[in-house]
Amino acid sequence: MALATKDVVGILSDNLRMRGSVLPISARRATRWASDLHLPRGGRTVLYTGMMYQLIPYVEQLNRLQARVAGSRLSRYVGAARVANRAVRGFGMTLVARPSADQRAELDRVPANVARLLRAAGVDFGYLYEDDFYSGALAYDLGSDEVVAGHARRVAAIFAKHGVQEVITIDPHTTTMLRSVFPKFVDSYDVQVRSYLEVLADRPEHGRTADRPAQGEVVVHDSCVYARYEDVIEAPRQLLATAGVTVREPEQSRKLTWCCGGPAESLYPEKAAAVATQRVEQLRAVAPDCVTMCPICLVNLRKSANGRLSVRDISEYLVAPLPS
Amino acid sequence: MSTVVSSALAEQLHELGDFDAEACMNCGVCSATCPLGIDLLPRRLFRYAVLGMGRRVHQQGEAIFACLLCRSCEENCPAGVHITENVRLLRRWLLTNPEEGH
Repeated sequence: MALATKDVVGILSDNLRMRGSVLPISARRATRWASDLHLPRGGRTVLYTGMMYQLIPYVEQLNRLQARVAGSRLSRYVGAARVANRAVRGFGMTLVARPSADQRAELDRVPANVARLLRAAGVDFGYLYEDDFYSGALAYDLGSDEVVAGHARRVAAIFAKHGVQEVITIDPHTTTMLRSVFPKFVDSYDVQVRSYLEVLADRPEHGRTADRPAQGEVVVHDSCVYARYEDVIEAPRQLLATAGVTVREPEQSRKLTWCCGGPAESLYPEKAAAVATQRVEQLRAVAPDCVTMCPICLVNLRKSANGRLSVRDISEYLVAPLPS
Repeated sequence: MSTVVSSALAEQLHELGDFDAEACMNCGVCSATCPLGIDLLPRRLFRYAVLGMGRRVHQQGEAIFACLLCRSCEENCPAGVHITENVRLLRRWLLTNPEEGH
């Protein structure tokens, strides 16, 4: 294997077990998006970010670093990094260049957009702040089930503590973990989990503005996980149409969507990059503007497009018609 | 070829989760539709697992961890095999059964 896969998996698993996140970012950093929104703490229904949009800029930087480390003399030290990482909080992060302020601000805006949309649709919800943990998706994908099982029970206990019965998610990976994976690991897990896209699509009578200026044409890129794991396909299209966007379909869409290049945290970035390039070409052939609904798709496609295709999160289009 | 067929590896994979690679009928649709273009994944890989060829599975560690779990293969699989879950379970097996000398 090109990298010490087992050690990389180990570092991520250790972090999840000890710190509740595959990469240790501070609770202040992870909850900053909500600082001006005055969301109530906890409640029957909560907006659960799983820290995905907040983490992705950091994961992408880790990924760039990893691409440089793989195959270099540095790769032999990955095992030692795991030992250090166990002892020193954030050791892994000291290796990682910080993402740009612009990129962090853009990704932080997504959960804030979602909160605005839910409010406009009349949904009553709270937020768990520092108890809003990462879902464990990456550790699960890599096969660290024992670690994920412990994490799932920890998150379920937090839901119980706050009396949470309904969870509204923002990204596909958190959605599938909380909806389809956690029930395998937690006895009597009884939480309804829906993506905000599904919640909003179920309330078409709310959140509409009388005067919807047209937002032009965009090509839609379905997330593999939303489309093939969770069957979230029509809701985003319906919402975009309601927001005045003309949706165009690429060569492969819906259930047959083409992967964006996969997890930004892929252990084999070179292979994933080739897949991303192919997808960018399919999307560019249809429209110059692309809409994504997953933070991993967003950063992967944008990086691969390198300016040849504009890529924006779906929430940016959906909030546009709301009164500011 | 003097391959000794053994069910030991498959049995270990069944213990790890819902491994159903035996349902694969080796038609090749998965490999043909894989975005990564990994010819090996998943049908030949599954054959190694079902035949008990653990060493071959270890040799394919890079392909097993390179899979994007995008489920494109699974969407097209005429036998309804849970391909991505099988790949995930092979990762679990690799992580919990390190090859001697590595």
